[in-house]
Amino acid sequence: MFGTLPVLLLITLLVFVLLHAAPGDPATMLLGQENTAADLAEAKRRWGLDQPVHVQYVKFVLSAATADLGRSFRFAAPVKEVIAERLPATIELAAFSILIAVVFAIPLGVAAGARPNSWVDNIGTSFGLFGISMPNFWLGIMLILLLAGNFHLVPSGGRSTYGIAGPSQTGFYFLDSVMQRNWAALKDAFLHVLMPALALGVNMIGILMRVTRSSVLETATEEYVVTARAKGLTERIVLWRHILSNALIPIITVVGLELGTLLSGSIIVETVFAWPGVGSLLITGVTSRDYPLVTGLVLMYTVAFVTINLIIDALYAFIDPRIRY
Amino acid sequence: MQPKFVVGASIVCVLTVVGVLSPWLAPYDPGKQTLEAALKAPQWFGGANFLGTDSLGRDILSRIIYGARVSLVVAFAVVLISGFVGVTLGAISGYFGGKIDFIIQKLVEVVWAFPALLLAITILAFLGQGLFNLILALVAQRWIQYCRVVRGQALSLRDRDFVMATRALGASNQRIIRRHILPNLIQISLVIGTFSMASAIISEASLSFLGLGVPPEIPTWGTMLADSRSYISTAWWLALFPGLCIFLTVLGINLLGDAIRDLLDPRLKRTVKG
Repeated sequence: MFGTLPVLLLITLLVFVLLHAAPGDPATMLLGQENTAADLAEAKRRWGLDQPVHVQYVKFVLSAATADLGRSFRFAAPVKEVIAERLPATIELAAFSILIAVVFAIPLGVAAGARPNSWVDNIGTSFGLFGISMPNFWLGIMLILLLAGNFHLVPSGGRSTYGIAGPSQTGFYFLDSVMQRNWAALKDAFLHVLMPALALGVNMIGILMRVTRSSVLETATEEYVVTARAKGLTERIVLWRHILSNALIPIITVVGLELGTLLSGSIIVETVFAWPGVGSLLITGVTSRDYPLVTGLVLMYTVAFVTINLIIDALYAFIDPRIRY
Repeated sequence: MQPKFVVGASIVCVLTVVGVLSPWLAPYDPGKQTLEAALKAPQWFGGANFLGTDSLGRDILSRIIYGARVSLVVAFAVVLISGFVGVTLGAISGYFGGKIDFIIQKLVEVVWAFPALLLAITILAFLGQGLFNLILALVAQRWIQYCRVVRGQALSLRDRDFVMATRALGASNQRIIRRHILPNLIQISLVIGTFSMASAIISEASLSFLGLGVPPEIPTWGTMLADSRSYISTAWWLALFPGLCIFLTVLGINLLGDAIRDLLDPRLKRTVKG
């Protein structure tokens, strides 16, 4: 827990050093070429770019500690607000991806692991391999090509159709439409999230399926499982009560670890689907050399990732009473 | 011989041959623009452009063949460099312990706190495009996998009898690591390396797709996919073939990795036989 803080501090330092080692000057990039030296100097002064690097860094860390991440050059607004506005979109997308992955992968993995070398296992294993080998952005493009372009089943990008949803209260479109009882907007939001969530979740389906299968397989050879069968318990009870509840630990670990992969996967999937989340925001920030925005986003991603890992650790004790901290 | 191994190894062999021999295999210069022949659909065996042409009239097949070269170079370079760095640091960290171990493990923790693609994007955003920067950005994250696993193995190896005996005979630390610790870490590193190669190929394609990878004048599967997005409703072949190549390559490497792991980890195999 306390080890996390120095790690975060080192991360900010790493990002800050990289930012300033980069070729290209942000003031010139933002103002364009046709500016006088006085304009540039004024812009630099306003954004604090004229101060020594170490002063800029200390200022940044101090303000970050109070959740003040500075002002975005590009959006001319506090970084915190820019990120907060985009964050619900990414959370909604990630939540749907996890849902899809869990619903597909765990039953498939259990079925495959319970009957090794059967036809279910063969299908499941091929499916898992397919999932981990699929480049998610290519799947995204192919889905757009087929489902949106050819069959017109779903919209090709974005988060909602203009004019269907009312003003957003929470930033989460699903929550908004349920609160406003706007069922047309709910359907619209669902249709929009379907393809990006599938593209983003495909690798997780593959990994989760493989881990579930091997975890079930491994647990099935434990002595208490043999005992349970010898007691004459039905196969269903053995599978659900004895095998699955014990096979859950590695599965939870993988879900947690994959959340990090999901976060970075969302950067590219959001770009493919023009999804207005923090992932596409990062790419905007990177291409426009928006120092405070990129630094703030990297900080947000790493804090999120570290927090998720802490939560997963805490979950172990909940799932497995043998583990105590 | 397992079918997984045969299929996986064949795909990797084909990729290697195509990558190495691309100047002789490609029917056209991959950068040659023929604007009057732009966006031609695949003509299969009936015409000049087997898999069609892109918006600048460049031959898709030739670009895919040259693209294999970039994937190959990046994948091998990333696996070899990150393997070397990770295994060395992991072995040192586990074998010596103490302060060195503490420093190396702090470094691992910092890098570990970055989601995989994020660190690469951050590095490339600041250092700019280029093959060298791309490899550096991919290595920056991947060495820790080796480091963590190898450290654990080295920790258990250093107290084993054969290492103690060597030490008692007066062997130097360097000799013990090189002759007695490292050879025992080859198997596990091989498995990590195979899977790491698959992820390096996907990452390279992702970064090139985002416009952060290699410069646009070098044909890669990722940049071909990025170019395809503007013509997605009119020219499906631009997106289909490069993506299919990435998918099949990664599938082949993963099959090979599975096969190698089964071969080296008899415990898992026993479980499968039940």
